Amino acid sequence: MLFFPVSPATNRFPRHTLLVRVTHWLTVVSFIALLVTGVEILISHPRFYWGEVGNSLTPPLFKIPIPSSRSTVPTGYNYVLPDQNGWSRYLHFEAAWALILTGAVYFISGLRTRHFRRNLFPAPQDRTWAAFRRVIAHHLRLTPASNADDRSYNVLQRSTYLMVVFILFPFVIWTGLAMSPSFNAAFPWSSTVLGGRQSARTLHFLVSVSLVLFLLVHVLMIALTGFVSRTREMITGAAGRSRERT
Amino acid sequence: MNKISRRKFVKAGFTVTAGVSGLAVAAKLAKRYGLVPPDSGGIYGPGETLTYAAHRIFSRHSLAREFSRSMISKDPFANSIAPLSDDFKRLQSGRFADWRLSVEGMVAQSATLSLSDLKTLPMRSQITEVVCEEGWSYIAEWIGTPLHEVLKALGVLPQARYLVYFSIEPDWWDSIDMDDALHPQTLLVWAMNNGDLPVSFGGPLRLYLPRQLGYKSVKFLTRVRVTDSVKGFVPALDPNSPNYGYSWYAGI
Repeated sequence: MLFFPVSPATNRFPRHTLLVRVTHWLTVVSFIALLVTGVEILISHPRFYWGEVGNSLTPPLFKIPIPSSRSTVPTGYNYVLPDQNGWSRYLHFEAAWALILTGAVYFISGLRTRHFRRNLFPAPQDRTWAAFRRVIAHHLRLTPASNADDRSYNVLQRSTYLMVVFILFPFVIWTGLAMSPSFNAAFPWSSTVLGGRQSARTLHFLVSVSLVLFLLVHVLMIALTGFVSRTREMITGAAGRSRERT
Repeated sequence: MNKISRRKFVKAGFTVTAGVSGLAVAAKLAKRYGLVPPDSGGIYGPGETLTYAAHRIFSRHSLAREFSRSMISKDPFANSIAPLSDDFKRLQSGRFADWRLSVEGMVAQSATLSLSDLKTLPMRSQITEVVCEEGWSYIAEWIGTPLHEVLKALGVLPQARYLVYFSIEPDWWDSIDMDDALHPQTLLVWAMNNGDLPVSFGGPLRLYLPRQLGYKSVKFLTRVRVTDSVKGFVPALDPNSPNYGYSWYAGI
Protein backbone atom coordinates (compact mmCIF):
# COMPACT_ATOMS: atom_id res chain seq x y z
CA MET A 1 0.00 0.00 0.00
CA LEU A 2 1.05 3.55 -0.54
CA PHE A 3 2.24 5.19 2.60
CA PHE A 4 4.79 7.93 2.69
CA PRO A 5 5.53 9.38 6.11
CA VAL A 6 5.08 13.10 5.75
CA SER A 7 7.43 15.55 7.39
CA PRO A 8 6.23 19.09 8.17
CA ALA A 9 8.43 20.43 5.39
CA THR A 10 6.41 18.74 2.63
CA ASN A 11 3.94 21.51 2.01
CA ARG A 12 5.56 21.83 -1.40
CA PHE A 13 3.65 18.65 -2.22
CA PRO A 14 0.20 19.57 -0.94
CA ARG A 15 -2.63 17.07 -0.64
CA HIS A 16 -4.49 19.10 -3.30
CA THR A 17 -2.85 21.44 -5.78
CA LEU A 18 -3.67 25.13 -5.65
CA LEU A 19 -5.64 24.82 -8.88
CA VAL A 20 -7.75 21.95 -7.56
CA ARG A 21 -8.44 23.85 -4.34
CA VAL A 22 -9.44 27.11 -6.06
CA THR A 23 -11.64 25.40 -8.67
CA HIS A 24 -13.18 23.20 -5.96
CA TRP A 25 -14.41 26.17 -3.94
CA LEU A 26 -15.54 28.14 -7.00
CA THR A 27 -17.56 25.07 -7.96
CA VAL A 28 -19.01 24.88 -4.44
CA VAL A 29 -20.16 28.52 -4.59
CA SER A 30 -21.58 28.15 -8.14
CA PHE A 31 -23.30 24.87 -7.32
CA ILE A 32 -24.99 26.21 -4.18
CA ALA A 33 -26.21 29.25 -6.14
CA LEU A 34 -27.49 26.98 -8.94
CA LEU A 35 -29.18 24.67 -6.47
CA VAL A 36 -31.01 27.38 -4.51
CA THR A 37 -32.12 29.26 -7.63
CA GLY A 38 -32.95 26.00 -9.40
CA VAL A 39 -35.34 25.07 -6.60
CA GLU A 40 -36.90 28.55 -6.80
CA ILE A 41 -37.43 28.18 -10.55
CA LEU A 42 -38.80 24.65 -10.10
CA ILE A 43 -41.43 25.97 -7.68
CA SER A 44 -43.02 27.99 -10.49
CA HIS A 45 -43.95 24.74 -12.26
CA PRO A 46 -43.34 21.64 -10.11
CA ARG A 47 -44.50 19.24 -12.85
CA PHE A 48 -42.30 17.21 -15.20
CA TYR A 49 -43.07 15.87 -18.67
CA TRP A 50 -41.49 13.69 -21.31
CA GLY A 51 -41.16 14.73 -24.94
CA GLU A 52 -41.11 18.13 -26.59
CA VAL A 53 -44.01 19.91 -24.91
CA GLY A 54 -45.86 19.88 -21.61
CA ASN A 55 -48.02 22.28 -19.62
CA SER A 56 -50.76 22.39 -17.00
CA LEU A 57 -53.23 20.90 -19.50
CA THR A 58 -51.12 17.85 -20.37
CA PRO A 59 -50.56 14.84 -18.08
CA PRO A 60 -47.24 15.01 -16.24
CA LEU A 61 -44.65 12.23 -16.07
CA PHE A 62 -44.45 13.02 -12.35
CA LYS A 63 -44.98 16.01 -10.12
CA ILE A 64 -43.38 17.26 -6.95
CA PRO A 65 -46.06 17.51 -4.23
CA ILE A 66 -45.33 21.11 -3.24
CA PRO A 67 -47.23 24.38 -3.64
CA SER A 68 -46.33 26.58 -6.62
CA SER A 69 -45.44 30.24 -7.09
CA ARG A 70 -47.99 30.40 -9.93
CA SER A 71 -51.75 30.25 -9.59
CA THR A 72 -52.11 28.57 -13.00
CA VAL A 73 -50.49 25.31 -11.83
CA PRO A 74 -52.82 22.69 -10.34
CA THR A 75 -51.01 21.66 -7.14
CA GLY A 76 -53.80 20.74 -4.72
CA TYR A 77 -52.76 23.56 -2.39
CA ASN A 78 -55.07 26.53 -2.06
CA TYR A 79 -52.31 29.10 -1.73
CA VAL A 80 -49.60 30.47 -4.02
CA LEU A 81 -46.00 31.09 -3.00
CA PRO A 82 -44.26 34.41 -3.77
CA ASP A 83 -42.62 34.64 -7.21
CA GLN A 84 -38.80 34.61 -6.98
CA ASN A 85 -38.04 33.79 -10.61
CA GLY A 86 -36.59 37.15 -11.68
CA TRP A 87 -33.43 37.18 -9.56
CA SER A 88 -33.36 33.38 -9.45
CA ARG A 89 -33.07 33.15 -13.22
CA TYR A 90 -30.48 35.94 -13.40
CA LEU A 91 -28.37 34.24 -10.73
CA HIS A 92 -28.92 30.73 -12.13
CA PHE A 93 -27.45 31.63 -15.50
CA GLU A 94 -24.66 33.75 -14.06
CA ALA A 95 -23.67 30.89 -11.73
CA ALA A 96 -23.88 28.53 -14.72
CA TRP A 97 -21.29 30.69 -16.50
CA ALA A 98 -19.09 30.61 -13.39
CA LEU A 99 -19.42 26.83 -13.27
CA ILE A 100 -18.64 26.37 -16.98
CA LEU A 101 -15.61 28.70 -16.90
CA THR A 102 -14.31 27.08 -13.69
CA GLY A 103 -14.89 23.65 -15.20
CA ALA A 104 -13.01 24.62 -18.36
CA VAL A 105 -9.99 25.82 -16.36
CA TYR A 106 -10.08 22.65 -14.22
CA PHE A 107 -10.42 20.38 -17.26
CA ILE A 108 -7.61 21.94 -19.30
CA SER A 109 -5.19 22.12 -16.37
CA GLY A 110 -6.21 18.63 -15.26
CA LEU A 111 -5.10 17.32 -18.63
CA ARG A 112 -1.88 19.34 -18.58
CA THR A 113 -0.85 18.36 -15.04
CA ARG A 114 -2.05 14.75 -15.50
CA HIS A 115 -4.35 15.28 -12.51
CA PHE A 116 -6.98 12.99 -14.01
CA ARG A 117 -4.56 10.23 -14.89
CA ARG A 118 -2.66 10.32 -11.59
CA ASN A 119 -5.39 11.05 -9.07
CA LEU A 120 -8.72 10.07 -10.59
CA PHE A 121 -8.34 7.18 -13.05
CA PRO A 122 -8.08 3.96 -11.02
CA ALA A 123 -4.69 2.26 -11.09
CA PRO A 124 -4.60 -0.74 -13.49
CA GLN A 125 -4.71 -3.30 -10.68
CA ASP A 126 -7.80 -1.58 -9.25
CA ARG A 127 -9.84 -1.81 -12.44
CA THR A 128 -11.59 -4.98 -11.31
CA TRP A 129 -14.87 -5.78 -9.62
CA ALA A 130 -12.88 -7.41 -6.83
CA ALA A 131 -11.24 -4.07 -6.05
CA PHE A 132 -14.66 -2.44 -5.87
CA ARG A 133 -15.98 -5.22 -3.65
CA ARG A 134 -12.99 -4.88 -1.35
CA VAL A 135 -13.54 -1.15 -0.83
CA ILE A 136 -17.28 -1.54 -0.40
CA ALA A 137 -16.71 -4.34 2.15
CA HIS A 138 -14.30 -2.07 4.02
CA HIS A 139 -16.99 0.59 4.19
CA LEU A 140 -19.70 -1.85 5.27
CA ARG A 141 -17.51 -3.20 8.06
CA LEU A 142 -16.87 0.41 9.07
CA THR A 143 -13.12 -0.15 8.91
CA PRO A 144 -11.42 3.11 9.93
CA ALA A 145 -9.73 4.98 7.08
CA SER A 146 -6.13 3.92 6.63
CA ASN A 147 -3.14 6.19 6.18
CA ALA A 148 -3.20 5.37 2.49
CA ASP A 149 -6.64 6.97 2.33
CA ASP A 150 -5.06 10.24 3.42
CA ARG A 151 -2.68 10.26 0.48
CA SER A 152 -4.69 8.84 -2.35
CA TYR A 153 -8.26 8.06 -3.39
CA ASN A 154 -9.50 4.48 -3.44
CA VAL A 155 -11.17 2.97 -6.49
CA LEU A 156 -14.68 3.79 -5.28
CA GLN A 157 -13.79 7.43 -4.69
CA ARG A 158 -12.00 7.64 -8.03
CA SER A 159 -14.95 6.21 -9.94
CA THR A 160 -17.37 8.52 -8.14
CA TYR A 161 -15.30 11.63 -8.84
CA LEU A 162 -14.82 10.59 -12.47
CA MET A 163 -18.56 10.15 -12.84
CA VAL A 164 -19.27 13.54 -11.27
CA VAL A 165 -16.59 15.35 -13.29
CA PHE A 166 -17.04 13.66 -16.66
CA ILE A 167 -20.68 12.57 -16.70
CA LEU A 168 -22.95 14.38 -14.24
CA PHE A 169 -21.59 17.93 -14.59
CA PRO A 170 -21.35 17.84 -18.41
CA PHE A 171 -24.82 16.32 -18.59
CA VAL A 172 -26.40 18.86 -16.25
CA ILE A 173 -24.89 21.65 -18.37
CA TRP A 174 -26.07 20.04 -21.61
CA THR A 175 -29.63 19.43 -20.37
CA GLY A 176 -29.72 23.02 -19.11
CA LEU A 177 -28.61 24.45 -22.43
CA ALA A 178 -31.05 22.18 -24.29
CA MET A 179 -33.91 24.11 -22.68
CA SER A 180 -32.70 27.50 -23.92
CA PRO A 181 -34.80 28.69 -26.88
CA SER A 182 -31.85 30.48 -28.51
CA PHE A 183 -29.33 27.70 -27.84
CA ASN A 184 -31.50 25.00 -29.30
CA ALA A 185 -32.28 27.24 -32.26
CA ALA A 186 -28.53 27.27 -32.93
CA PHE A 187 -28.04 23.57 -32.04
CA PRO A 188 -31.37 21.77 -32.58
CA TRP A 189 -29.84 18.33 -31.91
CA SER A 190 -28.95 19.40 -28.35
CA SER A 191 -32.63 19.12 -27.53
CA THR A 192 -33.93 16.56 -30.01
CA VAL A 193 -31.48 13.76 -29.12
CA LEU A 194 -32.70 13.97 -25.52
CA GLY A 195 -36.28 13.44 -26.68
CA GLY A 196 -37.33 17.10 -26.69
CA ARG A 197 -37.30 20.17 -24.50
CA GLN A 198 -39.46 18.74 -21.69
CA SER A 199 -37.34 15.58 -21.60
CA ALA A 200 -34.29 17.83 -21.26
CA ARG A 201 -35.97 19.64 -18.35
CA THR A 202 -36.85 16.36 -16.63
CA LEU A 203 -33.31 15.02 -17.11
CA HIS A 204 -31.89 18.33 -15.85
CA PHE A 205 -33.89 17.82 -12.66
CA LEU A 206 -32.88 14.15 -12.25
CA VAL A 207 -29.17 14.85 -12.83
CA SER A 208 -29.39 17.70 -10.33
CA VAL A 209 -30.88 15.29 -7.80
CA SER A 210 -27.95 12.91 -8.44
CA LEU A 211 -25.50 15.75 -7.86
CA VAL A 212 -27.22 16.64 -4.59
CA LEU A 213 -26.99 12.97 -3.51
CA PHE A 214 -23.28 13.04 -4.33
CA LEU A 215 -22.91 16.24 -2.32
CA LEU A 216 -24.63 14.71 0.73
CA VAL A 217 -22.49 11.54 0.65
CA HIS A 218 -19.36 13.60 -0.05
CA VAL A 219 -19.96 15.84 2.99
CA LEU A 220 -20.94 12.83 5.11
CA MET A 221 -17.70 11.02 4.28
CA ILE A 222 -15.72 14.16 5.08
CA ALA A 223 -17.52 14.46 8.39
CA LEU A 224 -16.77 10.81 9.23
CA THR A 225 -13.07 11.06 8.38
CA GLY A 226 -12.40 14.40 10.07
CA PHE A 227 -14.32 17.44 8.88
CA VAL A 228 -11.80 20.03 10.06
CA SER A 229 -8.66 18.37 8.70
CA ARG A 230 -10.27 17.37 5.39
CA THR A 231 -11.64 20.86 4.88
CA ARG A 232 -8.29 22.38 5.82
CA GLU A 233 -6.59 20.19 3.24
CA MET A 234 -8.92 21.58 0.59
CA ILE A 235 -8.29 25.18 1.72
CA THR A 236 -4.58 25.31 2.53
CA GLY A 237 -3.41 22.17 0.78
CA ALA A 238 -1.70 21.02 3.99
CA ALA A 239 -1.85 17.26 4.42
CA GLY A 240 -3.58 17.62 7.78
CA ARG A 241 -4.08 14.22 9.39
CA SER A 242 -0.84 12.57 8.37
CA ARG A 243 1.08 15.51 9.70
CA GLU A 244 -0.65 15.35 13.02
CA ARG A 245 0.32 11.69 13.35
CA THR A 246 4.00 11.96 12.51
CA MET B 1 11.58 37.80 -0.36
CA ASN B 2 13.77 35.38 -2.23
CA LYS B 3 14.63 35.42 -5.90
CA ILE B 4 11.95 33.01 -7.07
CA SER B 5 9.13 34.71 -5.27
CA ARG B 6 10.25 38.11 -6.63
CA ARG B 7 10.20 36.71 -10.13
CA LYS B 8 6.79 35.22 -9.42
CA PHE B 9 5.61 38.56 -8.07
CA VAL B 10 6.69 40.44 -11.21
CA LYS B 11 5.14 37.76 -13.41
CA ALA B 12 1.87 37.93 -11.48
CA GLY B 13 1.91 41.72 -11.81
CA PHE B 14 2.28 41.48 -15.57
CA THR B 15 -0.46 38.88 -15.78
CA VAL B 16 -2.89 41.02 -13.80
CA THR B 17 -2.08 44.15 -15.84
CA ALA B 18 -2.47 42.26 -19.10
CA GLY B 19 -5.71 40.70 -17.86
CA VAL B 20 -7.23 44.01 -16.79
CA SER B 21 -6.30 45.85 -19.98
CA GLY B 22 -7.49 42.84 -22.00
CA LEU B 23 -10.86 43.06 -20.26
CA ALA B 24 -11.04 46.82 -20.91
CA VAL B 25 -10.39 46.29 -24.62
CA ALA B 26 -12.94 43.46 -24.71
CA ALA B 27 -15.55 45.68 -23.03
CA LYS B 28 -14.94 48.45 -25.58
CA LEU B 29 -15.19 46.06 -28.53
CA ALA B 30 -18.30 44.41 -27.07
CA LYS B 31 -19.99 47.77 -26.79
CA ARG B 32 -19.11 48.74 -30.36
CA TYR B 33 -20.43 45.47 -31.83
CA GLY B 34 -23.66 45.52 -29.84
CA LEU B 35 -22.81 42.66 -27.49
CA VAL B 36 -23.82 44.40 -24.27
CA PRO B 37 -27.47 44.12 -23.15
CA PRO B 38 -29.18 47.14 -21.54
CA ASP B 39 -29.37 45.35 -18.17
CA SER B 40 -25.60 44.78 -18.03
CA GLY B 41 -25.20 46.74 -14.79
CA GLY B 42 -25.42 45.30 -11.29
CA ILE B 43 -24.36 41.96 -9.87
CA TYR B 44 -26.05 39.88 -12.57
CA GLY B 45 -24.61 42.01 -15.39
CA PRO B 46 -21.55 39.85 -16.17
CA GLY B 47 -23.65 36.69 -16.63
CA GLU B 48 -26.23 38.49 -18.77
CA THR B 49 -23.53 40.06 -20.92
CA LEU B 50 -21.81 36.71 -21.48
CA THR B 51 -25.09 35.07 -22.50
CA TYR B 52 -26.21 37.86 -24.84
CA ALA B 53 -22.74 38.32 -26.37
CA ALA B 54 -22.34 34.56 -26.92
CA HIS B 55 -25.64 34.40 -28.82
CA ARG B 56 -24.91 37.50 -30.86
CA ILE B 57 -21.47 36.15 -31.82
CA PHE B 58 -22.38 32.52 -32.49
CA SER B 59 -26.09 32.39 -33.30
CA ARG B 60 -27.22 35.79 -34.53
CA HIS B 61 -29.08 34.35 -37.52
CA SER B 62 -30.01 30.87 -36.29
CA LEU B 63 -33.59 29.75 -36.83
CA ALA B 64 -35.84 28.36 -34.11
CA ARG B 65 -36.79 24.72 -34.62
CA GLU B 66 -39.93 24.24 -36.70
CA PHE B 67 -42.04 21.14 -36.18
CA SER B 68 -44.26 18.90 -38.26
CA ARG B 69 -48.02 19.46 -38.25
CA SER B 70 -48.50 16.31 -36.15
CA MET B 71 -46.51 17.94 -33.33
CA ILE B 72 -49.04 20.79 -32.88
CA SER B 73 -50.26 20.67 -29.27
CA LYS B 74 -53.85 19.50 -28.79
CA ASP B 75 -53.93 21.49 -25.56
CA PRO B 76 -52.10 24.78 -25.99
CA PHE B 77 -51.99 26.57 -22.66
CA ALA B 78 -53.24 30.15 -22.67
CA ASN B 79 -51.48 31.83 -19.77
CA SER B 80 -53.57 33.96 -17.44
CA ILE B 81 -53.90 37.65 -18.29
CA ALA B 82 -55.02 40.61 -16.21
CA PRO B 83 -58.62 41.78 -16.77
CA LEU B 84 -58.78 43.58 -20.11
CA SER B 85 -59.11 47.34 -20.34
CA ASP B 86 -62.16 49.24 -21.58
CA ASP B 87 -60.17 50.35 -24.64
CA PHE B 88 -59.63 46.72 -25.55
CA LYS B 89 -63.27 45.76 -24.93
CA ARG B 90 -64.51 48.61 -27.12
CA LEU B 91 -62.38 47.39 -30.05
CA GLN B 92 -63.37 43.80 -29.31
CA SER B 93 -67.07 44.68 -29.57
CA GLY B 94 -66.34 46.01 -33.07
CA ARG B 95 -64.64 42.69 -33.95
CA PHE B 96 -61.30 44.50 -34.06
CA ALA B 97 -62.13 46.28 -37.32
CA ASP B 98 -60.72 49.47 -35.77
CA TRP B 99 -57.59 47.78 -34.33
CA ARG B 100 -54.53 49.75 -35.46
CA LEU B 101 -50.81 49.13 -35.29
CA SER B 102 -48.72 52.27 -35.45
CA VAL B 103 -45.14 51.97 -36.65
CA GLU B 104 -43.02 54.95 -35.68
CA GLY B 105 -39.57 56.21 -34.75
CA MET B 106 -36.51 55.65 -36.92
CA VAL B 107 -38.33 54.60 -40.06
CA ALA B 108 -38.26 56.58 -43.29
CA GLN B 109 -42.01 56.73 -43.20
CA SER B 110 -44.23 56.02 -40.20
CA ALA B 111 -47.56 54.29 -40.69
CA THR B 112 -50.76 53.24 -38.99
CA LEU B 113 -51.92 49.83 -40.19
CA SER B 114 -55.18 47.96 -39.76
CA LEU B 115 -55.25 44.18 -39.52
CA SER B 116 -56.35 43.97 -43.15
CA ASP B 117 -53.47 46.28 -44.16
CA LEU B 118 -51.09 43.85 -42.47
CA LYS B 119 -52.64 40.93 -44.33
CA THR B 120 -51.85 42.54 -47.71
CA LEU B 121 -48.12 42.16 -46.97
CA PRO B 122 -46.31 38.83 -47.51
CA MET B 123 -47.31 36.44 -44.74
CA ARG B 124 -45.58 33.57 -43.01
CA SER B 125 -46.78 30.48 -41.24
CA GLN B 126 -44.54 28.57 -38.85
CA ILE B 127 -45.05 25.66 -36.45
CA THR B 128 -42.93 26.68 -33.49
CA GLU B 129 -42.90 26.34 -29.72
CA VAL B 130 -43.86 28.83 -27.05
CA VAL B 131 -41.58 28.41 -24.05
CA CYS B 132 -42.52 29.95 -20.73
CA GLU B 133 -39.86 30.93 -18.23
CA GLU B 134 -41.79 28.83 -15.70
CA GLY B 135 -40.83 25.69 -17.61
CA TRP B 136 -43.93 24.69 -19.61
CA SER B 137 -44.36 24.85 -23.38
CA TYR B 138 -46.63 24.10 -26.32
CA ILE B 139 -46.39 24.00 -30.09
CA ALA B 140 -48.79 25.84 -32.39
CA GLU B 141 -48.99 27.01 -35.94
CA TRP B 142 -48.44 30.76 -35.92
CA ILE B 143 -49.58 32.77 -38.91
CA GLY B 144 -48.82 36.41 -39.39
CA THR B 145 -46.86 39.14 -41.09
CA PRO B 146 -43.11 39.02 -40.50
CA LEU B 147 -42.13 42.22 -38.72
CA HIS B 148 -39.23 42.68 -41.13
CA GLU B 149 -41.69 42.90 -44.05
CA VAL B 150 -43.37 45.88 -42.39
CA LEU B 151 -40.10 47.52 -41.39
CA LYS B 152 -38.54 47.04 -44.81
CA ALA B 153 -41.61 48.45 -46.53
CA LEU B 154 -41.31 51.58 -44.38
CA GLY B 155 -37.50 51.82 -44.48
CA VAL B 156 -35.42 51.40 -41.33
CA LEU B 157 -32.93 54.24 -40.75
CA PRO B 158 -29.29 53.14 -40.38
CA GLN B 159 -28.95 54.36 -36.78
CA ALA B 160 -31.76 52.04 -35.60
CA ARG B 161 -30.63 49.64 -32.86
CA TYR B 162 -33.74 48.55 -30.96
CA LEU B 163 -37.44 48.03 -31.30
CA VAL B 164 -39.75 49.06 -28.45
CA TYR B 165 -43.25 47.60 -28.67
CA PHE B 166 -46.43 48.28 -26.74
CA SER B 167 -49.62 46.47 -25.83
CA ILE B 168 -52.93 48.31 -25.61
CA GLU B 169 -52.96 47.21 -21.96
CA PRO B 170 -51.35 49.68 -19.52
CA ASP B 171 -47.66 49.18 -18.53
CA TRP B 172 -47.23 46.31 -20.97
CA TRP B 173 -44.35 46.93 -23.33
CA ASP B 174 -40.96 45.47 -24.05
CA SER B 175 -37.93 45.93 -26.29
CA ILE B 176 -35.62 43.81 -28.47
CA ASP B 177 -32.55 44.49 -30.58
CA MET B 178 -32.73 44.85 -34.38
CA ASP B 179 -31.34 41.32 -34.88
CA ASP B 180 -34.48 39.92 -33.34
CA ALA B 181 -36.75 42.61 -34.82
CA LEU B 182 -35.57 41.75 -38.35
CA HIS B 183 -35.33 37.99 -37.73
CA PRO B 184 -37.42 36.04 -40.29
CA GLN B 185 -39.37 34.19 -37.55
CA THR B 186 -40.36 37.34 -35.64
CA LEU B 187 -44.01 37.68 -36.54
CA LEU B 188 -46.92 40.05 -36.08
CA VAL B 189 -49.25 37.13 -35.42
CA TRP B 190 -52.94 37.46 -36.32
CA ALA B 191 -53.88 33.78 -36.75
CA MET B 192 -53.14 30.55 -34.91
CA ASN B 193 -53.87 26.95 -35.87
CA ASN B 194 -56.12 27.91 -38.82
CA GLY B 195 -58.27 30.44 -36.95
CA ASP B 196 -57.99 34.07 -35.88
CA LEU B 197 -55.57 34.51 -32.98
CA PRO B 198 -57.78 34.02 -29.87
CA VAL B 199 -57.85 36.82 -27.30
CA SER B 200 -56.53 34.39 -24.66
CA PHE B 201 -53.38 33.95 -26.78
CA GLY B 202 -52.93 37.67 -27.43
CA GLY B 203 -55.37 38.31 -30.27
CA PRO B 204 -56.06 40.14 -32.40
CA LEU B 205 -52.34 40.92 -32.74
CA ARG B 206 -49.27 39.66 -30.92
CA LEU B 207 -45.58 40.18 -31.53
CA TYR B 208 -44.13 36.67 -31.32
CA LEU B 209 -40.46 35.72 -31.35
CA PRO B 210 -39.74 32.00 -30.90
CA ARG B 211 -36.04 32.40 -30.03
CA GLN B 212 -36.90 34.06 -26.72
CA LEU B 213 -39.10 33.10 -23.77
CA GLY B 214 -42.84 33.74 -23.91
CA TYR B 215 -42.76 36.88 -21.79
CA LYS B 216 -41.07 38.78 -24.63
CA SER B 217 -44.03 38.05 -26.94
CA VAL B 218 -46.28 40.95 -25.94
CA LYS B 219 -50.01 40.41 -26.42
CA PHE B 220 -52.56 42.92 -27.85
CA LEU B 221 -49.94 44.82 -29.85
CA THR B 222 -50.79 48.38 -30.92
CA ARG B 223 -47.51 50.22 -31.37
CA VAL B 224 -43.92 49.51 -32.39
CA ARG B 225 -41.16 52.11 -32.31
CA VAL B 226 -37.75 51.81 -33.94
CA THR B 227 -35.13 53.60 -31.85
CA ASP B 228 -31.42 53.95 -31.17
CA SER B 229 -31.84 53.76 -27.39
CA VAL B 230 -33.94 51.60 -25.07
CA LYS B 231 -33.38 53.90 -22.14
CA GLY B 232 -36.62 53.86 -20.12
CA PHE B 233 -37.96 50.84 -22.00
CA VAL B 234 -36.18 47.95 -20.32
CA PRO B 235 -38.79 46.04 -18.27
CA ALA B 236 -36.05 44.40 -16.17
CA LEU B 237 -35.14 47.85 -14.81
CA ASP B 238 -38.63 49.37 -14.52
CA PRO B 239 -40.65 48.76 -11.33
CA ASN B 240 -43.90 49.56 -13.22
CA SER B 241 -43.40 46.68 -15.62
CA PRO B 242 -44.80 43.24 -14.84
CA ASN B 243 -41.45 41.90 -16.08
CA TYR B 244 -39.49 43.99 -13.58
CA GLY B 245 -36.44 42.00 -12.50
CA TYR B 246 -36.72 39.57 -15.43
CA SER B 247 -33.74 39.60 -17.76
CA TRP B 248 -34.11 41.73 -20.90
CA TYR B 249 -32.58 39.13 -23.21
CA ALA B 250 -34.74 36.05 -22.77
CA GLY B 251 -32.98 33.80 -25.27
CA ILE B 252 -30.79 32.36 -22.47
